Amino acid sequence: MADSKKRVPMNHVIGFILSLVMTLVAAWAAIQSDLPVTWVIIGIMILALLQAGVQLFMFMHVTEASSGNGHVPWNMMFHGFALAGILVAGSLFVMSFGHDHGDHGDMGENQQHEEQQSEDHSGH
Amino acid sequence: MHITDILVTGEPIIYGAMVSMALVGIALLFILTYFKKWKWLWSEWLTTVDHKKIGVMYILSALLMLFRGGVDAMMMRVQLAFPDLGFLNSQHYNEIFTTHGTIMIIFMAMPFLIGLMNIIVPLQIGARDFAFPYLNALSFWSFFFGMALFNISFVIGGSPDAGWTSYTPLSGAAMSPGPGQNFYLMGLQLSGIGTLATGINLMVTILKMRAPGMKLFHMPIFTWSTLVTCFIIVFAFPILTVALALLTIDRVFGAQFFTLTGEGLPMMWANLFWMWGHPEVYIVILPAFGIFSEVIATFAKKRLFGYNVMVWSMIVIALLSFLVWVHHFFTMGAGAFVNSVFSVSTMLIAVPTGVKIFNWLATLYKSKIEFTVPMLWSLAFIPSFILGGVTGVMLGMAAADYQFHNSYFLIAHFHYVLIAGTVFACFAGLVFWYPKMFGHKMNERLGKWAFWLFFFGFHVCFFPQYFLGLDGMPRRLFITNVAEWLPLNVISTVGAFGMGLGFIVFVYNVYYSFRYSERETTGDSWNGNGRTLEWATTTPVPYYNFATVPYVDEIDPYIRMKEEGKTTFEEDKVKPIHMPSYTGQPFIMMALLGLASFGLVFEWMYVAVFGLIGAVFMMIRRSFDYDDGYYVPVEEIKRTEKKARGL
Ligand code: HEM
Ligand SMILES: [Cu+2]
Repeated sequence: MADSKKRVPMNHVIGFILSLVMTLVAAWAAIQSDLPVTWVIIGIMILALLQAGVQLFMFMHVTEASSGNGHVPWNMMFHGFALAGILVAGSLFVMSFGHDHGDHGDMGENQQHEEQQSEDHSGH
Repeated sequence: MHITDILVTGEPIIYGAMVSMALVGIALLFILTYFKKWKWLWSEWLTTVDHKKIGVMYILSALLMLFRGGVDAMMMRVQLAFPDLGFLNSQHYNEIFTTHGTIMIIFMAMPFLIGLMNIIVPLQIGARDFAFPYLNALSFWSFFFGMALFNISFVIGGSPDAGWTSYTPLSGAAMSPGPGQNFYLMGLQLSGIGTLATGINLMVTILKMRAPGMKLFHMPIFTWSTLVTCFIIVFAFPILTVALALLTIDRVFGAQFFTLTGEGLPMMWANLFWMWGHPEVYIVILPAFGIFSEVIATFAKKRLFGYNVMVWSMIVIALLSFLVWVHHFFTMGAGAFVNSVFSVSTMLIAVPTGVKIFNWLATLYKSKIEFTVPMLWSLAFIPSFILGGVTGVMLGMAAADYQFHNSYFLIAHFHYVLIAGTVFACFAGLVFWYPKMFGHKMNERLGKWAFWLFFFGFHVCFFPQYFLGLDGMPRRLFITNVAEWLPLNVISTVGAFGMGLGFIVFVYNVYYSFRYSERETTGDSWNGNGRTLEWATTTPVPYYNFATVPYVDEIDPYIRMKEEGKTTFEEDKVKPIHMPSYTGQPFIMMALLGLASFGLVFEWMYVAVFGLIGAVFMMIRRSFDYDDGYYVPVEEIKRTEKKARGL
């Protein structure tokens, strides 16, 4: 951004407003709307992807030549994804104990039983 | 709302603390006003973006926190040695061990190391400041206000009392009502912004601003340890940020992420906390490794043995540090398979750590060691830290950990790694680079007194705790009058006071050296043994650091520079230097965020919203701020350098 001489950075202003709007829409969908839960989740997922896109293309330097045409940011993003993978997979691996008392169903089903089983957790 | 509603009342010790805080505050105000120092304070320190001054402020704050955390520790030790005295009640004891742990890790160890990094890393790589000096100031003030917020909790509103790990459901709204736990959440959140920003800032600085010719594998080992640490910070801190935010939403807005009711999953807090928490312990140990490596190479007067291996073992440690978190809650009962996996990964970490130990020993082997104070701290580190590492491996065996967990054995383990590792390194690094920072060395004789007192105090304090743990004494317990435990507890308390004495001598040494130490005349303070670029600068370091940046294509470049008579001032190559301007914005922005956090602590939403709006306004101002800094003219550089070099 060598040409930032005293002019309004329109790109950033638009990006900022866009990301605010998307955040508000997501919050609205979760708190106020009457949409079915699946739709809310799908909607939030899509908004999250768009949000990441806005950040990467309007604020960060994914496409700039000086970042190796995006090589450096992609490299970092790869590490970010790897960590997110560890986080999610690791948490599922570690935290799904104690859920096979009653049924041997899949994870999704087990999540709904957490409420009843919280007594077991504190018992361990 | 009346002021007495939020002041903590009824505790004589706290009244005493209030009075002494008020007195110190009044004294400070008086001194600043009487000597007309307000303007100086604002224009030299509060608005500075100079990495060296910011580093000094970090270290001063960290020493202050070492004192505060240390007083907490002494109080706990008194209670444990004289359980019948009724010195502390259980609530007060809970608050003290919570603030002690949090302060020592978040507000002492990290800022101390970040302070040293601030000052030294740009000097080691031939940079004139951080990549983002404004952001660096922002980081410091976010840490500072986070620290201030956390520390006022014991006089206003009451301290958090759920341990530094703040496990839910205990730390949730149902079981810990009131502002105490919010102080923990907001204090850590606010200072966490600064830590994350520093991680990014230093990473960019190291990757982008090295001297011409300096490849990654030419970098000084302390800079390497900083780079690796920055990666851990950037990947680990967001986890803490999210976990803190979720718990804040639970407590303040009534969500149920970690509650027992609703769909909450209390153990998820422990899971997230340690996903950050274990990398965090490596955030505070890797820079310490870096410091010891520099000190040992300097005073063994040899190139660090196995430089490449040292670097790679740090990288492996960093990777593994994200794969072991469950060893902090084996006893949660995730099952034998889960525990085995994490048991193995935990023990794997000991391998690269061991490799580093052998490399230090090999560096020392057959060298002519100079027993200076920083070298004493580093030599003492090796055997002491091994004791901590070996007991760590013992704790890592899941089956055995069912016995050790939450006993004094664990307490002894992590104090052996944190004190013999991090704290020894902070002292070693501070004494080592002290002449660079302040233009004079610390007195050697007093320094040795401080070292020996602290060293023996440390072992006397914590070695018995292994056996207390094996005898079954649990941690976080305030009534300990079990006859079997008493003798060891008394010994331990004696050791603790030995460490306290060592600290006092250290602080007195700061004053003594300021008065009486010889002023440095050369930049290469340790008998000309400097190996890396920071020693090539003059003392005191000019604010632009390097008049001309040397070309570097090897490890320890300053050795060859000295042989060839080169300096960082090649008169015919001096060009105007671009420097950033000082600004008060970071201070104001973070003060406003601090106000917002204070509002959230007491759940006064008007205050919180007001502070947030103010901070956002400051951010918008910053977005439209086109101050590009200024140029230092060639004439001024030449004048400064000639004066400093006596040419
Ligand atoms: C050889 C390397 C190490 C191993 C194998 C190791 C292993 C462990 C294990 C298994 C525990 C949990 C024990 C329990 O809760 O029952 C633990 C706790 C701890 N370790 Fe280490 N550790 C190592 C190095 C370090 C280092 C370098 C640090 C910090 C500088 C550190 C700081 C801590 C802390 C602070 C805790 C306790 C936290 C708490 O529960 O409050 N450890 N360690
Ligand atoms: Cu750990």
